[in-house]
Order: sequence, then structure tokens, then C-alpha cells
Amino acid sequence: MKRHLKILIVVGLFSAIALVQILSWASTRNPVLERSASIGITSEITPQGLLSHSIPDTTANASQLRRGQYLVAVGDCVSCHLGKAGQPLAGGLGLETPFGVIYSSNITSDQQTGIGGWTADQFYRAMRSGIGAQGENLYPAFPYPSFRLITREDSDAILAFLKSTPAVNYTPPSNGLHFPLNIRASVKGWNLLYLNDEEFKTNSIQSSDWNRGAYLVNGLGHCGSCHTPKNSLGADQGDRFLQGSLVEGWLAPDLTSNTRIGLGRWTTEQIVEYLQTGRNAYAAAGAQMGEVITYSTSLMTPEDLRAMAVYLQSLPSSKPVTVETASASSLRRGAAIYSDACTGCHLQNGVGQPRLFPPLDNNSMVQQEDPIGLIHAILGGTHVGVSPSRSTPFSMPSFAWKLSDAEIADVATYIRNSWGNQGSPVKTDDVRDLRSRLDLNSIHYTANSGDQH
Amino acid sequence: MVTKLKAVDAVLVGFGWTGAILGQQLCDAGLNVLALERGPWRDTPTDFATGFAQDELRYMWRHHLFQNLADDTLTIRNNIRQEALPMRRMGSFLLGTGVGSGGVHWNGQIWRFLPSDFLTRSHNERRYGKKAVQDLTVQDWGVTYEELEPYYDQFDQLCGTSGKAGNLNGRIQPGGNPFEGARSKEYPNPPMKQTYGPTLFGEAAAKLGYHPFPHPTGNLSQPYVNPLGAQLGACTYCGFCEKFGCGNYSKASPQTTILPYLLLKPNFTLKTECEVLRVELSADRTRATGVTFVNSAGEEFFQPAEMVILSAYVLQNVRLLLLSGIGKPYDPTTGEGVVGKNYAYQTMSSVNVFFDDKIINPFIGAGALATVIDEFNGDNFDHSGKGFIGGAYIAGMVTGGRPIEMIYTPQGTPAWGMEWKHAAAKNYLRSFNLSIHGSSMSQRGNYLDLDPTYRDIHGRPMLRMTFDFPENDIGMSNFLTDRAAEVARAMNPREIKLNRRVGSWSVTPYQTTHNTGGAIMGTNPRESVINKYLQSWDVPNVFSMGAGAFPQNAGYNPTGTVAALAYQAAHAIISQYIKKPGPLVQE
Repeated sequence: MKRHLKILIVVGLFSAIALVQILSWASTRNPVLERSASIGITSEITPQGLLSHSIPDTTANASQLRRGQYLVAVGDCVSCHLGKAGQPLAGGLGLETPFGVIYSSNITSDQQTGIGGWTADQFYRAMRSGIGAQGENLYPAFPYPSFRLITREDSDAILAFLKSTPAVNYTPPSNGLHFPLNIRASVKGWNLLYLNDEEFKTNSIQSSDWNRGAYLVNGLGHCGSCHTPKNSLGADQGDRFLQGSLVEGWLAPDLTSNTRIGLGRWTTEQIVEYLQTGRNAYAAAGAQMGEVITYSTSLMTPEDLRAMAVYLQSLPSSKPVTVETASASSLRRGAAIYSDACTGCHLQNGVGQPRLFPPLDNNSMVQQEDPIGLIHAILGGTHVGVSPSRSTPFSMPSFAWKLSDAEIADVATYIRNSWGNQGSPVKTDDVRDLRSRLDLNSIHYTANSGDQH
Repeated sequence: MVTKLKAVDAVLVGFGWTGAILGQQLCDAGLNVLALERGPWRDTPTDFATGFAQDELRYMWRHHLFQNLADDTLTIRNNIRQEALPMRRMGSFLLGTGVGSGGVHWNGQIWRFLPSDFLTRSHNERRYGKKAVQDLTVQDWGVTYEELEPYYDQFDQLCGTSGKAGNLNGRIQPGGNPFEGARSKEYPNPPMKQTYGPTLFGEAAAKLGYHPFPHPTGNLSQPYVNPLGAQLGACTYCGFCEKFGCGNYSKASPQTTILPYLLLKPNFTLKTECEVLRVELSADRTRATGVTFVNSAGEEFFQPAEMVILSAYVLQNVRLLLLSGIGKPYDPTTGEGVVGKNYAYQTMSSVNVFFDDKIINPFIGAGALATVIDEFNGDNFDHSGKGFIGGAYIAGMVTGGRPIEMIYTPQGTPAWGMEWKHAAAKNYLRSFNLSIHGSSMSQRGNYLDLDPTYRDIHGRPMLRMTFDFPENDIGMSNFLTDRAAEVARAMNPREIKLNRRVGSWSVTPYQTTHNTGGAIMGTNPRESVINKYLQSWDVPNVFSMGAGAFPQNAGYNPTGTVAALAYQAAHAIISQYIKKPGPLVQE
């Protein structure tokens, strides 16, 4: 079960008679995506529809439901709890962790398989302490270590909204965790070690924007789940808060004020624009962040986005890292490949077309210490998250069919060391490893490939 | 066995430009819309990524994006005395298929027709007398330029058309086309940069007293966000537009302008590889009940629908009307009937220009990269004593320098061998083309009907095309080619080569995919198939989009007018038809 399934933009394409092979916008020659394309989306309710439909004033507790709807977007619940057939919140999506695969649960209003029967107390306990309705421990893939900052009022609103969603009767697969983590009680020990019991406290020295931002980033927004490096037991490395981390073959980048690899050069407005539309003058949100844009931040208020930006900008810069020098021959080969393969969109001088094709000059993403995100984009392709205001899923096509591992290493090294960028050389072995992990060793054609006649 | 599916409010037959426009408009009005496309799904990164889009052999010569003629084609003849034979290889025109269809592999030339183009019969009769049009079956459209203007503008805003207005609310603007109908707004984006060839053409044309202007284009001059929130990039002048999909989102197409928005709509569904066989009618034949379609596994389905919108290509729309028994078929011997009547085309000629001292670099190109003069289009000039009506624009154009298709060699050069190679090497960088894009008037013997002999893969009769160039158009084309040659000579080239329109129409050499008519619009059911809102006179819940509606073709590329008519139809459906289904025009 690949998390790539989530890359499918849920488009309301409905093929009850299973005769349509609609490929997703994201689809490139990545076979994972091609397999996912055969899944018929049978839900009549799209995630966007669920998260943005207008709740009439005549509904009982309308204001609480609206708040819950908004907070479900803030918490990006849909990205992980998206059902296989596109039903929002039905769950069953696998998260690949170093400890095995964990499947998201059904959080629709279904009494039997969802959370229709939960009480507000049970739900608040789950959000704060990671305890399920039956008293069982939940795995911290459900980000209760962040969610525990939530206020009781917000927790109640979320549950009220979830209970108002259409019931989907569906039981997700059992987790594929290794021993001893397959025993739920093992999480108790983990909680003792890593679960911080603090409540959210307002910092009176800081502005109200900063405090709101801290609540969102550290609480429901759970940014650290992806962006903070983890220790060997999967808990946050507290001293490296939001300094960038590996997530399923991608790199969630450094969000600190580091001017080279973090957000140090971005203005508050540029951070807001990025969160609102998935694109700004510097960058484009692909892979998992694209989903965060689509299902979460593009639906948030400008005030909340601004608060998050203010808070993120206050984070001290991560420490500079030593960069190894790339060989002249690798740079020369990389330049030639870049000129042939990349300039159609990113242009010869790396300036791209901001908000369409991300500029590569002074690009923080390509300079991350671990180049896996850059390698992944070249190998498998990706697309920018969409939102109602910016609906085009600009896509980076996969180059796995066209460039060898050594060529990808060379061109990535060239990009990491051109136009003001600095980054250690990319190793051919790292490209080879990721290629096998993504099952891109052989060329996979789409139905439309090749000459038809 | 035919499986009956759940009813929808509207079914779109075909998903190119008009399907996408109607889909977006009707979904926004809250209708439940299903689009059936016979060809495959296509999107930018999968099907025309920059890493392989510029492959002339695959796309141009092996027809990768076009209809597979082994499944379905049409039969062709020049006149009713001949036996029509199936077209077994595409040449004169290139039929699209798949999501986006021709909107994927067009050049992006976005034009409006002249106000007088909509009054072909009445205007020319008034100015030149009844005799001027007596040999032609040209008609007025039943719609005016002024009525269509807001819809032309809507398409410009959608595409981000790059150009310079020549007539803003009646005031002539320097640098634009002074002959165009009044525009309510300037183009949403400035014109493309004119490269050396078009610049030389513009200088020569100005020297002769003409008013050159940049071709309006859907190849974008700068990044653009359209009213649907879809984004287009700036064109990189790679020179692979026509016959190719655009890899970097800079050519307006259903994929770049509408689909991203439409695919987020819960009330929109698109099924690909589903070919509609016919429109089904009620027992009294006054109402369509839906369509029957077949999928790629050969299974048949009946899709009930409140409204059937034929949004396939001209030739398929006309054929579906004929196959479904909607409207009376046209008979060229009596002139009675309407379906298939007034098939018309485009009358193309060209002038190649060869220099010794000027490097044109034709590989820096774009589909609509041209400088144009419009002095001799439509009725922009006095036709008295000329013996023809209509006209053409003349464009100094560099759409690309594709190495197989676009090497020009001087008059008398052999088509292959050593001499050709020398001439190709000598002239490739030093030549370019003036395109003369002429109108096509309808006449009695040019029409479409069902072939009595040949059938397609589903056993349905093929469409039969009977067409030859009317004398009127040959006269027009010769006059225009001479005018173009004058501009060419004013560039002081080493030599020029005139490619006149001579002889009967041939299906072999590529001319243009601007087939028109056959399902024409008009003011009454005796002369036309559909009313001004593209609604069938006979079966009012059937609408027929596209250039099939043109009673004759003007001297411009058709897409702008096709789109404007589609927007106007959508507006009438939403504002009137949905509230009170029935004929939108009472005769």
C-alpha cells in the first residue's frame, strides 16, 4: 500500500462501470501512479466538497459544525484519512514508517467502523493522549503528541463535524508493524518517554499572531510530524525542531530561518502565498506538501496563515552544514544534461517561471543536506498541490525512462551547485536505491505511449 | 445487451474545446454533466512532456495524436459524378481524437470573424448585387458580430490571448488590426515578440501602405492566470505547436485552461474511450432520450439525458445527426433538406521567400507567431469587377522549423536527391513562408452525407464528403496570392516561390483542418439545421456545437468563432432553456 495513492487528485471522476482508465493529473511514467489510476472513484462527495461546502444557518449547532469543518482542514485530516475510493475520511491509507506500515482509521460518522459512537470525552482523550474509544493505545502516526495542545472546545467542534459527515462502512486493513511494536501496549512505554504533558501556554512576550501561529504549527497543524527529524524510536529530536526530515522517500525541508536551506529569505507574504496556493516566487509545493496545500492550508483564513508565517519566521536558523565540493567533470556532464532535459521549463539560467515552474536558483529545496527530494522529483516526477484559486497541477514529469542513475546524479549535482546554490554532490548509488524503491527499474509505458499505427 | 445507466442532466458527446466550455458552463449552473470522449485521456506531463513532445516523426508523420483511420474514416470525392473512396491516410486535414482533441494539437491562432462575415449573403448582395452571389449557396448566420462580441471576449479571457487590439469600442488603435470589429476590451496579454521573418514582412507591408499587426495568439507571451484559476506559462518559442501537444503549459488548450477547474467539480464526470453511436429519440422523434455508446471493450450502454450536446468535431456531429435521423438530409440535386448542406473548407495558398543575406532562424517559432495584414480579407476591400467575394489574411509566419515538414526549396528544385539536399542546406535558415488564409464559400454541390458502401468498425455508414473548390474561391485565392507576392518582393529577397491553389481539391497534401458546415445555423428550419443558439430546430433538446454551424467559412481560423458560439449557446441554455425547456427561437 503506497502513500502515493494520495497523489491522486480526487476529481469526482466516477466510473461505476469500470471502463474508464482515467490517469490522474499527477501521473507520469511512474508505475505506482499508473496502478493507482485504475481505482474507480465512487464517492459522490469529494474531499474539497466536504471541506468547503457551506453549512446552512438552519442546521442545529451550525457555528460549531463550521468551526469543526475548518479545524478538520487545519489538521489536514483528509491527507491521511482519505479512503481508497476517494471517500474523504474513510481511512485505509498506509503510512510507511521505519517500523512498518500503519493504516489510517475510518473517522466518518459510521457507528460500526467509524467514530459515530464516540463521546466527546473519548475523542478529547484520543486527541490529547492517544487513547482510543476502547481504551487501547493509538500509534503516534496519529499525531496526538501535537494534537494534545488542542483546546477542549476545538476538539468538541471537530468531533461534531466528523459526526455530521456521510457514514462509510469500511474497516481499514490491519497494520503491518514489526514486533514488538505490533503490540499496542508497547506505545505506553513510548508515551512515558516522549509524550510531553504540557498544555498550550500563551507566551505573553510574543504577539497574538505569534501565539496563534505557535498553536497552529505545533498543535493541529502538526508541521513537526514531517519537518522535525526523528530519533531511532520515531520521536522528535527536540533540538532540531522543524529542521527538515525524511518522509517516505521525500525530504520535508528545513523551515527555520536558515537563509540557504530554510525560509530565511521568504517574506511573511511569500509564506502566506505558498500556503494558500502551493506556489510563490521561490518554490512549488509537490508530493505530500501538495496534499497539505489542497486539503488544508488553501482552505485556511489569511489571518491564520499569516500567524503561522510569523511564528515560523521566529525560529532560529539551523546550523550551517559543511558542503563537499563537486568534481568538475560531474558538473560539466550535469550542465549538458540540464541544458537538454530541464531548460524547457526551468530555463537555461535556472530562473524558471515563478509560480509555474519553480526557479532553481537560490532554491532552498534543492540545497537540502539530503538530496533525496531532488532525486525523487527527477526520477518519479511530482505535481503542485491544487486549490480552487489555483487549479493547475503543474507537473514535473518523470525522467526515470530517459536518464540513467549516473546522469540523474550529475544533473542533480549541477543543480545543487549552480546559480548561487551549494550542495554536496549526489551519489549515483543514492539514485539507484531510490529507483529500486520506487520500482522504476524498467520502463513503464502508459496506455498512450508509443506509436499507435 | 445494452446496459442502461443513471440519467444525467446533460451529456456531452466529445471532449475538445466545445465540450470543455459547455462542461464548465453547465456544471457552474449546477447541472449534473457527463462527457463521453471516444479517444484516450491525455494530460500534459504524461502525454506531451517537454522530454518527448518535440518529436516530428512520431506526432506529425505517424499521427500519434490523431484519429486512427483503421477504425473510422470518411469517404471522399470531388463531385456527385464520382464514386467516393475511403480516406486511408490523413493529408489535407488531420482529425483529432482524445481528451482535448484538436484543442491539444492546434496552432493557437485566435481570430474573430469580421462583422460582414456574418452577413455573407445580404451584405454582398447589397454592395455588389444579387449576381455576385448567385452561383453560391452562402447564407447569413442569423447572429451578428455585436451579439457574439461578449463571448469572443470570454474566450480571450479564458485563453489569455496575446495580441494588440485594433478597434477598441469603435476607436482605431495603432499597431492592431484596423479592420476588425469593435472589441470591448484589449487582449488580456501583450503580443508575442515578433522574430526576424515576421518583422521583415511587417516592414515590407508597411512600405506598401498596409497596416501590419501581430497575429493574436493562444501561445502566451507571458504567464497568465485565467478567470477559472488555471495558469498558463510564457511560450518558449520551441516551434512545435500544430500537430503537437504543448509540454510547458503555454498553449491554450482544454487541458491548460478548463480541465484543472472542471476536474475539481463534483457534478462533472468524464468517461474516455466511449464512442457515441447515435442519439436516441422518443417515439414521436421530437425529443432525445439520451445516447447509446460503446466502450473500448465493445460493451454497449444507453445513457439517458435531459439534454444531448454534440460537441465532437464537425464531421462527427453531422454524421451523428444523419445516423440518428435528426433533421432532413440535404439533397444536392433538389437543394432541399439541410443536414449536410453547405460543407465548406479553407482556401489556402502560400508564397515562400528565399534570402541570401538574411538568417531567419525558423526553429525559433510558435503556432501563431506571425505579422499579418488584413487589407484583403472578407469585404475589407472593394470587390467590384473582381468576380469573387471573400478574401484572406496574409501572414508572414514562422510556426517552426521542423526538419521534415518545413524545409522550403526554390522553384524547380527536385523533391529528393543531391540537388534537393544542397538546396535544403542552403535555404533552411534563409527562408520562410507567407501564408494566405482564404475564405471558403459554400456552393450547391459541396455537402456531406452517409456513404452508401463503406462502414466503420461499429458497422455504421461512414460519412461521405463531396467537395471541390468553387470558382469564386480560386479567383479569390489567385488575387490574394498576387498581393502576397508583392509584399514578398518588397522584402528584397533573392527569389520567391508561389504556391497557388490550382486544380481540384486533393485529400493528399496538408492544407488545414478547418472543415465547416453541414450542421449550419440560420434563421429558419428550411435553410438551417440549428438556430442561433445551436439548438436543433427538429429536436430542441439536442444542440450541435462547432464549425458545423458555419454557413460558409471566413478567411480566418475558426476556433475563436467556434468558442464564441459555444459560449453564446451555453448562456442561452443556462439563462433560458433550463428554466423552460423547449425551442429557444420561435420561427
